[in-house]
Amino acid sequence: MAAVERQQWDVVVVGAGGAGLRAAIEARERGARTAVICKSLFGKAHTVMAEGGIAAAMANANPHDTWQVHFRDTMRGGKFLNQWRMAELHAQEAPDRVWELETWGALFDRTKDGRISQRNFGGHEYPRLAHVGDRTGLELIRTLQQKIVALQQEDHRETGDYESRLKVFQECTVTRILKDGDRVGGVFGYVRESGRFFVLEAPAVVIATGGIGKSFKVTSNSWEYTGDGHALALLAGAPLLNMEFVQFHPTGMVWPPSVKGILVTESVRGDGGVLRNSDGKRFMFDYIPDVFKEKYAETEEEADRWYDDPDDNRRPPELLPRDEVARAINSEVKEGRGSPHGGVFLDVSTRMPAEVIKRRLPSMYHQFKELADVDITAEPMEVGPTCHYVMGGIAVDSDTAAARGVPGLFAAGEVAGGMHGSNRLGGNSLSDLLVFGRRAGGYAAEYAAAATRVPVAEEQVDSAAAEALRPFSAEGLEPDAGPPENPYTLHQELQQTMNDLVGIIRRAPEMERALEKLAELRTRARRAGVEGHRQFNPGWHLALDLRNMLLVSECVARAALERTESRGGHTREDFPSMDRAWRSVNLLCRLTDPTGGLAATDPVRGQIDLVRETTEPIRPDLLALFEKEELVKYLADEELYE
Amino acid sequence: MSGYEARFKVWRGDADGGGLEDFRVEVNDGEVVLDIIHRLQATQAPDLAVRWNCKAGKCGSCSAEINGRPRLMCMTRMSVFDREETVTVTPLRTFPVIRDLVTDVGFNYAKAREIPAFVPPAGLGPGEYRMMQEDVDRSQEFRKCIECFLCQDTCHVVRDHEENKTAFAGPRFLMRIAELDMHPLDAAAEAGLDRKSTAQDDHGLGYCNITKCCTEVCPEGIKITDNALIPLKERAVDRKYDPLVWLGSKIRRRSP
Amino acid sequence: MATGTEPTGTAPRGGGVRAPGRAAIAAPHLRTDRWWLAPAATAAGLLAFVVYSTWRAFANAHYYAAPYVSPFYSPCLAENCRDMRAGPNADLFGSWWGISPAIIILIFPLGFRLTCYYYRKAYYRGFWASPPACAVAEPHGKYTGETRFPLILQNIHRYFFYAAIPVAGVLTYDTVLAFRDEHYAWGHMGLGTLVFLVNIVLIWAYTLSCHSCRHIVGGKLKHFSKHPVRYRAWQFVGRLNARHMQLAWASLLSVALADFYVYLVASGVFDDPRFF
Repeated sequence: MAAVERQQWDVVVVGAGGAGLRAAIEARERGARTAVICKSLFGKAHTVMAEGGIAAAMANANPHDTWQVHFRDTMRGGKFLNQWRMAELHAQEAPDRVWELETWGALFDRTKDGRISQRNFGGHEYPRLAHVGDRTGLELIRTLQQKIVALQQEDHRETGDYESRLKVFQECTVTRILKDGDRVGGVFGYVRESGRFFVLEAPAVVIATGGIGKSFKVTSNSWEYTGDGHALALLAGAPLLNMEFVQFHPTGMVWPPSVKGILVTESVRGDGGVLRNSDGKRFMFDYIPDVFKEKYAETEEEADRWYDDPDDNRRPPELLPRDEVARAINSEVKEGRGSPHGGVFLDVSTRMPAEVIKRRLPSMYHQFKELADVDITAEPMEVGPTCHYVMGGIAVDSDTAAARGVPGLFAAGEVAGGMHGSNRLGGNSLSDLLVFGRRAGGYAAEYAAAATRVPVAEEQVDSAAAEALRPFSAEGLEPDAGPPENPYTLHQELQQTMNDLVGIIRRAPEMERALEKLAELRTRARRAGVEGHRQFNPGWHLALDLRNMLLVSECVARAALERTESRGGHTREDFPSMDRAWRSVNLLCRLTDPTGGLAATDPVRGQIDLVRETTEPIRPDLLALFEKEELVKYLADEELYE
Repeated sequence: MSGYEARFKVWRGDADGGGLEDFRVEVNDGEVVLDIIHRLQATQAPDLAVRWNCKAGKCGSCSAEINGRPRLMCMTRMSVFDREETVTVTPLRTFPVIRDLVTDVGFNYAKAREIPAFVPPAGLGPGEYRMMQEDVDRSQEFRKCIECFLCQDTCHVVRDHEENKTAFAGPRFLMRIAELDMHPLDAAAEAGLDRKSTAQDDHGLGYCNITKCCTEVCPEGIKITDNALIPLKERAVDRKYDPLVWLGSKIRRRSP
Repeated sequence: MATGTEPTGTAPRGGGVRAPGRAAIAAPHLRTDRWWLAPAATAAGLLAFVVYSTWRAFANAHYYAAPYVSPFYSPCLAENCRDMRAGPNADLFGSWWGISPAIIILIFPLGFRLTCYYYRKAYYRGFWASPPACAVAEPHGKYTGETRFPLILQNIHRYFFYAAIPVAGVLTYDTVLAFRDEHYAWGHMGLGTLVFLVNIVLIWAYTLSCHSCRHIVGGKLKHFSKHPVRYRAWQFVGRLNARHMQLAWASLLSVALADFYVYLVASGVFDDPRFF
C-alpha cells in the first residue's frame, strides 16, 4: 500500500460546527498547534441551522434570571437524568461564552438600553435566549469562523504562514481514530476532493461531529449528521451514554414531501404562535403533564396575558418542553384531528401584524414562501414532529469533556452525552457547544502539552485504508452473496426502519424488528459497492458513512428496547409513564468486539453491548434549589433521604 | 399536480474536460432541483458529485447554475420550469471545477483571510458592550450572508476576467469590509487601520461598476450594491476624493 | 437513464468562463430567458433621450412660452437668452457665447445623471455590455472597472449632486412662475403648470434619492443613535433611494415632457389650456 501522508499536530478537532470551532480556538489560544477537520466547507456546519438562540442567564430581559434558575430549567427539561455537573457548569458559564462572542464581532439583537436582547423559549422560566432574528446559529458559526481567521491573521503576521498554528482541513472525512495502545495517537481520513488518504498524528483528539439525524427519514438534520463521531468513539473503545434519547422537534414542515422535516423554529411559539388542531382548538391545554401543572396557564386568556405580563401570569402550554409538545401533536394527528398533510396548524398570522412577523421571523417567512407557497403572515403553517437532536452521546467527564476510557479523546457538543439528560431545552444547544467546546479544547491542549508522542503503527493505517477502500471491491469480497448493494437504497431502508420502528413512539416488538432489520442491513452494507473513482464520489462517501449510521442506529434501538419507561425523548407505548427507579440508571453502549473488527455477528447479539450504570447522586446544594414537592415527582425515595 | 418525467442536462466532468449529459428523470409535486439531482444519484449516476448540506437555504452549499443562472439548487423549485423545458445544471463557472457540480471555491476563503478582522474596542470587557439596535441594523443585514458565493460567481469582474482575481475581493468580501466599517464598536480606526481606504487600495473596490448582479442573485435578498458597495464607495470618496475632508483629516488627524 | 453524452474535452479554451480549470462549457452563457430584453430596452430608452435632448439643446429656439421656460434652458446664463420676465435669466457669460445657452447649464444635470449610480449600471449594461446581463459573458478582453481614468472620475458624483440642488432650486422657481398666465398675472394655472409640478416633484425625488445624498445626510455616520435627526433623514432618503431607478426614469421622462410641452406651446402647435 502506498505511503499515506502524515502530519503532526498537538490537537486535532474533528468537526467544525460550534463546538469544534470553539474547541479549536481555545486549544490554539492555549498554545497548541491545532487542526480542524470538517466534512463540508468551512462555515457550512449544521450549527447554521439553529434558529432560536443561545440560552444564557444574562438577566438582560428579566432581572430575576440567574444561573440557578437556568440550571433548574435544564434539569426539569431533562427529567433529572442530566449529568448534573454539566448542567451546572453550563448554566454558570453560558453568559461569559455569549459575551465573549461580542468581543469577536457578533451582533445580537439589542434591548432598548443597548444590551443583548433575550427571547422566550420552551421550558425556560425567563426570556433567556440571545438571538439574531431567527438565524442565531449562522451568527454563531460566522463569528467563530471569523475569530479563527483572526487568529490565522495573527499567526501570519508572526510566522508568515496563515496555517502555522491553526489549520482547517475542509471537506475531509475521518474514518478512524488511531491509537497508541490505550491512548489516542491521531486520526485517519480521506480528502473528499481527491480521495487521497491522510493521517494526522496528535496526542489529543476532540470529537465534535454533531448528531445522528440522517439515520431517520424525517429529520431537520443536514447531510453531515451521520453519527460519525459517535461511531468513531465506539470504535476507539469509548462508551456511548443514553442513546435512546432522541429529540423529535415538535414543529417541522410536513408539506411538500421534499421539504418534510425542515425545522420550523420554536421562536414562532416563543413570540406568540399557537398550535391548533383541525377543529381550531388550542389543544396543548389538554396535554400539560402533572409535573408541570403549576407552571403553565390553564386558560387561553391567562396564556395570552403572559406575553405582556409574565410575572403575574403563567406561560402558555405551547411552550412546554419539546418532548411534551411533540407527543401532543403526534396524538392529535393519530386521533384524526390533524391538518390535511398529516400535521397540525401553527398559527402566527392571527397573532401578530404581518410586519412584525416579517421582522422577527424573516427566515421562516422566506422558507414557507419559497418552499411551500405559504404566506405565514396570512395563513397558518402545517407542522409535525421531526427528528432533531440526540441527547445521548459519548460518555464524558463533566469538567474536562474527556471521553471515558480512552486517554486523549475528548468530545463536545451534540456528540457528547449527559448534559441534556433525557430531553434538551431549546437554546441550550448553542450554549452547550460554546461552554463544552471551550472546555474540551482547553483540556485537550493541556493534555497534549504533557503527553509523549509515539508515531502511529503502520498496520493501523493500512487496515484503516483497506476498510475505506472496501466499497470499490464489493463484488470481489463475497462473490456468492450476490451483486453489490446500492448504498443509496441501503440508506433509504435504514432511514425508513428507524423512522417507523424506533421513532417518536416506541413499542418492544417493533424495536425487535428494527434490530433484525439492522442486522440484515449490516450484512448487505458489507456489499455496498460504488461506481467510479475516488475523486469526489458521493456514492463512496455514503457507503463509508453507512457503517457509522448502522452502529449508531443499533445503539439507539438497543438502548430504547432496554429502557422500560417513558422519559423525555424516549416514549414507550408499552411503558407510558416515567419510572422514578429509572432516574438513576444510565445505559452505556460499548462495542461487542473491541479489537476493532466489525464482523457481522448475529442479529440478537449485534455489535453493541449494553451496560447499566448508576448515576452519581446530585450534589445536595444543587438539590436544595428545588422544592421538595417537585423532587418527589422525579427522585426515588432513597435518593430523597440522602 | 402529479409526477412527470423531466429532461435534464447535467454537466459532468472534471478539470480535464467534460460535457452536458442528458437525463430523463421523475419529478414529483413540490420538489426542488436538488431533489432531482439526488434522485439521479440514487438511481442513475451514483458518483454524480454535488455539494449540499442543509437543503433549506441556510448553509449556502448547493450553489450551481441552473439554465445559466446562479442559484441555490435547494431553493429552486421545479414548478418554475415548464414541464417541456430541459433544465440545464452546471457547476459555478467562475471557479475551477473539481468534479461534476463541485467547484473549488478556495478563492473565497483566500479573500476572507485578507480582510482585516474585527478590532475590539480597548477598555471594554466582555459583557460591557452596549450597542443600539439602529446602530447594528446595517451590519446585521450583511451578516445574513450564508456564503453561497453566488455573488462572487456572477460578478463579471472575476467571472469574465480571471486576471482580476488577485486584485478584487468580490462583492461578498467588500460587503464584509462595509459590515466592519459600520460596526458600531469596531476600533480599526483607533488602531490605525482605515478600512475605507483599504477597500479601495487593497481589495479592488474600484473594479466594481455597480451593475448589481450580486444583488440580483443573492438568495438572502441582501441589498449588496445599494447598502454595502455604494456606501463603501461613498466612504472611500470621503477619504480620497473629498478635498475638504482630506484637508480636515490632515490637520486634525482624526476621522469625521 | 442517461441517453447521450456530448463529446467531452473539446471546449475551446480562452478567457473568462472559458479560462483553463473552469468547467469546459463552450457557450458564453446558458441562459434561456430573454436576458437581452432589459439591456436592449434600457439602451433604446437612453438613446431616445440622447437624440431628443441633443436636438432640443442645440436648437436654441422655442424654449420659452410665457410663463413657461423649458427646463433645458433654465437657468439661462448667456446674453443670447430670450427675455423672460422675472425668469431665470442671468447674463453671466456675456455676448461671446454664440451657441445655445442650454449647453452651459445642461452640463450639470448631465454630469449628475452620467455619474449616478443607477445610470452607471444602466449604460454599463445597455451600451457597454459590461456585463450585458448577469452570468452572460461580456465581450471585452480586459476590464479595469472604475479604477483608472476616465472612469475613476465617477467618484465625483457627489459634487454633481451638490450642483444638482441649485439647479433643482431654479426649476422649482420656474414652477412657481408657472402659476402666472401669459400676461404675467399671478394666480393662474394651466396644463403646463401641472406638467411643471409633476416634473419638479420627480426631479426633487430623484435628486434626493441619490446614493451620495443618502451618504451625506446620514450614511456616513457610525452611530445613528447619537444623531436621531440625521437618522430619520437617512431613513427617509433610504426609502426614496430604494426607488432610485424608477425615479431616474420617471424624472428623465418628465423633464423631456416638460421641455416638449414648452416646445409645442412656443412653436404654436398648441395652446396651453388654462384651468383658471
